[in-house]
Amino acid sequence: MGLTYSNDFILLNEDTLSGFGLDEIHPMHQIACHDCDLVQKLPPMPKEGAIVCLRCGSVLIRTRHNSIDRTLAWTIAGMVLYSVAVSFPFLAMKSGSIIRETALLSGVQQLFGQGEIVLATIVLLTCVTIPLLQMLLLLYIFLPLKYNFRVYSALPVFRVFQHFKPWSMMEIYMLGILVAIVKLGKMATIVPGLAVIAFALLVIVLACAISSIDDHLVWDCLEEKR
Amino acid sequence: MKAEDPRYASARRLGLVACSDCHLLSRKIVLGSGQVAVCPRCGGELHQRKPNSIHKTWALLLAAIICYIPANVLPMTITSALGNVEADTIISGVIYFIHSGSWEIALVIFTASIFVPFMKFLILIYLLLSVQFRSKWRPRDRTVLYRITEAVGRWSMLDVYVVTILVALVKLGVLADIEAGPAVIYFASVVVFTMLAAESFDPRLIWDVVEDNE
Repeated sequence: MGLTYSNDFILLNEDTLSGFGLDEIHPMHQIACHDCDLVQKLPPMPKEGAIVCLRCGSVLIRTRHNSIDRTLAWTIAGMVLYSVAVSFPFLAMKSGSIIRETALLSGVQQLFGQGEIVLATIVLLTCVTIPLLQMLLLLYIFLPLKYNFRVYSALPVFRVFQHFKPWSMMEIYMLGILVAIVKLGKMATIVPGLAVIAFALLVIVLACAISSIDDHLVWDCLEEKR
Repeated sequence: MKAEDPRYASARRLGLVACSDCHLLSRKIVLGSGQVAVCPRCGGELHQRKPNSIHKTWALLLAAIICYIPANVLPMTITSALGNVEADTIISGVIYFIHSGSWEIALVIFTASIFVPFMKFLILIYLLLSVQFRSKWRPRDRTVLYRITEAVGRWSMLDVYVVTILVALVKLGVLADIEAGPAVIYFASVVVFTMLAAESFDPRLIWDVVEDNE
């Protein structure tokens, strides 16, 4: 992935301070860095790469090749894997003749059972509900973009989607599974079920879906269609 | 262009507001009391800087630091095996892994559960103080520091998930049983509060100080 530095910025002088009209500012041509607020002119967009703020180095815009098709494809794959991950056996513990089988939601159920309602809700939201919502919202935004029809308030929906990003924590749960397996390794045999494999793939697929989104393109397309 | 170049123009200096969600630039308008400016493109609220950023970040950070104490002192898991009941804290879990030979896992847990939250406290306190005392020192490096804290904080959730999985798996009646200890909810709170604190800090304040000093 190539990095392009925004090579041009607006000089602050008497002219710009007195007569800087909105007509000279266009979202396709200028952008303010979200980390340092520097207004800069955008260089020609690379096909696939990132444009980086000249002053603080944060990524201003990430462009992706075939962004809409790729995001849709990954999201649909994710939906299939998700349905497998929640419905099939997750992990089983075998100790002597006793076998305990669990599903993805067993942990949350146990925590609810122990009265840890807030804790159970946090785990449920971050590892089960928000990832599903993310994929549903992606379908809601990208299907109309691909097949060119209009849906109700797609722009606010995409805004909400952005806010969900840090709260989707399936990859951390995956690491948690590895730690738990090592921890129990001495006292019992852990048998991974079909759902764990689906879950592991889902982590990768969802990461691919999210990284193939071209935010700038989506905002532009959605605005045009409104 | 040097960071200190006096000719650069921030959106604030040009009288513009960048939407925090869709990055559209709008002209700043004067608002009456009780009014909010809304982004014409995505409908999000427009603020030149995150409102009450410093106070909010301090409040959430203090809440996280307070929760960090019971999270480390109280037990994370309560294991009962064949009549023996054992309470494990985060640190005793790390020590267990070192003794049982899996030092890699011990390192992962130590990093995610002890080191990362602690560093996040220190970095956020430093960033807040550097803005409040109007420091001009290395704004670019401080911005990078902020971005790292923002990205890395979620990984502290690891121990909460390990407990969730253990609680689900180890249910063998009298033979072995694991229950979540009282520390888990405090620990989850530390992670949530530090994530919210990082989200409410506005890195553009670092650059405002540099600009204003010129």
